[in-house]
Amino acid sequence: MNQRVEVAAPVVAAGSDDARGRPIKIVNRDVNVWYGDKRALHDVSIDIPDRAVTAFIGPSGCGKSTFLRCMNRMNDTIPSARVTGTIEIDGQDIHDRSLDVVQLRARVGMVFQKPNPFAKSIYENVAYGPRIHGLARSKAELDAIVEQSLKRAALWDEAKDRLSQPGTGLSGGQQQRLCIARAIAVDPEVILMDEPASALDPIATARIEDLIDELRQNYTIVIVTHNMQQAARVSQRTAFFHLGKLVEEASTERMFTAPRDKRTQDYITGRFG
Amino acid sequence: MREKAVEIVLFLCAASSVVITIAIVGVLVYESLAFFRSVPLILFLTDTVWTPLFANPRYGILPLLNGTLLTTLVALCVAGPLGLVAAVYLSEFAAPRVREIVKPTLELLSGVPTVVYGFFALLFVTPLLQKVIPGLPGFNVLSAGIVMGIMIIPYIASLSEDAMRAVPQGLRDGSLALGATRLETAFRVVLPTAISGVAAAFVLGISRAVGETMVVAIAAGQQPNLTLDPREPAATITAYIVQVALGDLPHGSIGYQTIFAAGLTLLLITLIFNILAFWLRARFREAY
Amino acid sequence: MAGSALRADVISETRAPGLDAGQIRGRRLREKLFIACGLASTLVGLIALSFLLFDLAADGLPRLSWDFFTSFPSRRASAAGILSAWVGSVLVILVTAIIGVPLGVAAGIYLEEYARRNWMTNIIEINVSNLAAVPSIVYGLLALGLFVYGLGTGRSILTAGLTLALLILPIIIVATRESIRAVPYSIREAAYGIGATKGQVTRDHVLPAAIPGVLTGIIIGLSRALGETAPLITIGALTFIAFLPDPPITSEFPFISFRWLFDGFTVLPIQAFNWISRPGSDFHANAAAAGLVLLALTLSLNALAIVLRYRLRRRLQW
Repeated sequence: MNQRVEVAAPVVAAGSDDARGRPIKIVNRDVNVWYGDKRALHDVSIDIPDRAVTAFIGPSGCGKSTFLRCMNRMNDTIPSARVTGTIEIDGQDIHDRSLDVVQLRARVGMVFQKPNPFAKSIYENVAYGPRIHGLARSKAELDAIVEQSLKRAALWDEAKDRLSQPGTGLSGGQQQRLCIARAIAVDPEVILMDEPASALDPIATARIEDLIDELRQNYTIVIVTHNMQQAARVSQRTAFFHLGKLVEEASTERMFTAPRDKRTQDYITGRFG
Repeated sequence: MREKAVEIVLFLCAASSVVITIAIVGVLVYESLAFFRSVPLILFLTDTVWTPLFANPRYGILPLLNGTLLTTLVALCVAGPLGLVAAVYLSEFAAPRVREIVKPTLELLSGVPTVVYGFFALLFVTPLLQKVIPGLPGFNVLSAGIVMGIMIIPYIASLSEDAMRAVPQGLRDGSLALGATRLETAFRVVLPTAISGVAAAFVLGISRAVGETMVVAIAAGQQPNLTLDPREPAATITAYIVQVALGDLPHGSIGYQTIFAAGLTLLLITLIFNILAFWLRARFREAY
Repeated sequence: MAGSALRADVISETRAPGLDAGQIRGRRLREKLFIACGLASTLVGLIALSFLLFDLAADGLPRLSWDFFTSFPSRRASAAGILSAWVGSVLVILVTAIIGVPLGVAAGIYLEEYARRNWMTNIIEINVSNLAAVPSIVYGLLALGLFVYGLGTGRSILTAGLTLALLILPIIIVATRESIRAVPYSIREAAYGIGATKGQVTRDHVLPAAIPGVLTGIIIGLSRALGETAPLITIGALTFIAFLPDPPITSEFPFISFRWLFDGFTVLPIQAFNWISRPGSDFHANAAAAGLVLLALTLSLNALAIVLRYRLRRRLQW
């Protein structure tokens, strides 16, 4: 069982507006990533608040996606990648030998840039996670989880009459919401989103953004985006990455009104990137 | 001008492959037509006895077909599971360095002449099997089928692996990010996605087993035998052709024509399997 | 706990009844077991190959002597050798190479560099992939009906070489196409840019770059031809040949003779097959020894091709 340490958890520093007073969900200290000999991430330390949206922004290749993938150890799937430093979720070290990566990823879900529904029906896509983890004890329970997850992902109304049809037959935006439902079905605490709307049209993007805003009631969300307006719209905290380094992090409001670092200013005002 | 001439010569070379196909079909059909003037097609397809060289000849292809399919089935029972598991392992688990060593070595296996495999089946595998199965005859379908299975493992493994590696990494990531193990990802996501490609690999393996000659001619016996028992000897279509060719049948005799009728049957079977594989692979490509 | 998932709003409370340490241990165990099975399955082929080698060596090695290579077949197993068989193999492969290689490479060049996308090209392409899947014994039937009886080339070295050339044609075509396709388009553009014609570009730039790949295909094809038995039995290769073909070089003008092309022949795999099929085990040692020679030839050719291909892949990082 996963224990949630909510008592006496440290809280995010003052001045963080919306996220102020929220307990810290994930603590990152001196995280480095190497791909072979190439260092992709330099000593990143950042706290992620619970049940809020944290956005990572920065020019492409700045390491924001690389860092995101550290938090559910997806970098493990890349043979040449090496991660150092400490990452703790609710005080538990995610690199601890006693924590199986299966357990970690069940707690920290992920949504990818390109919608990647499995070549299965809509129902089976959502039921996949609960099935492999043995989360449902009966068909009725599984049905309930699928329905609930699709509702939370705001896809139920569109999908309820075509649950047995292939997930790949949905539109791009629907596919991405299906992937969100798929992640939700495992009942994670954290959802990592790697540019979830970058492959979508503006209307589908707006729906995803609304969805993210709703989801933060129940989940800790970290979203990587290259779209600054998006970060401003959906997040409570924002972190700016540049050349593999965390340059600045602050409440979203302050970040976009009064950035402290020159590089952040330049990026936000569109001078590079 | 010279450019054009070069192009025409090259075109003729390429077109020669079509000529070969036409020649193959032409020769087989021509000789078979002569055969079917003496033997009604319906009898060829339904008679259960194949004794074309006896004083009282019977021309039922069924026993040969049976022998062919039975050896193929045994081969598939060996190569199917082993080839598939090896493919999943190589595609989803093996470190790139292991794959780099294993794949060429598997390719090496396909470089072994079939006559050597035949020797192996008759003089190594059969005696071994005889220790386990008492009363197993020296010629039997089982031994030939097993060795043929070993022979087609590389095809099935290598083609299935190609199909599975063509599955986009995004699907694996999606599954792994949900907390699936690599095994669950392999069998519940990657394999179902690649299933048409894997099926095509199996069909190509079957097609190869159906057309294989030397292993069965050496180890399965030359006795047409309508049986489902792999412990018995049974001649295949290919083994029959070899048997006749080793004798000296006069050109134009009905005995001579039988091998073309048998060959045409063989060609049609492999053609059906190849069309099936082609269709499966086209489906796979369409999906990804 | 999972029952609470039925309550509309809180999946979060249905915390994973199955996802405890024991369940994960089971899943990890299954994974480890599979990896072991996977490794074993992958090795089955290699283990079989080593058994095969060992078996052949145990039976055949004692027979491998100088005499074995310089003696004709004989009724006495201990006196029999493979002289006519290896000479036959060499000559047949020579014919196969002379006919099959230019034809296959030319066809590959046409399909890759010249062919326009039209129905004719489509037919040729589908046809080549179909030919590759035609059982080898069917080529033997083609040769029997067309060459032996139709064109009257007899049961000769020429017929055998021709048959095997047709058989390996698809292999060479496919290899040629693949290696030409791997040549980057920039090389062609550079050459066209200085006004070269298509023929010149192909001959001077594309082909040289593609040569190692083509060579690999040719070696694989010839190794396949070397080991082929069925089609040659079908055309009626003789199994007992106690003479050598007519020498290709004569003492009289014009010093070169092509009469050997029309001589009867045997080849290594047929000789081995013949010895295997004899009742009694006397000749089995001979069969093993001939098989060993054959295997050594085909495996080293294949190994050569594989090494060539992998070195090529490493060298060519376009």
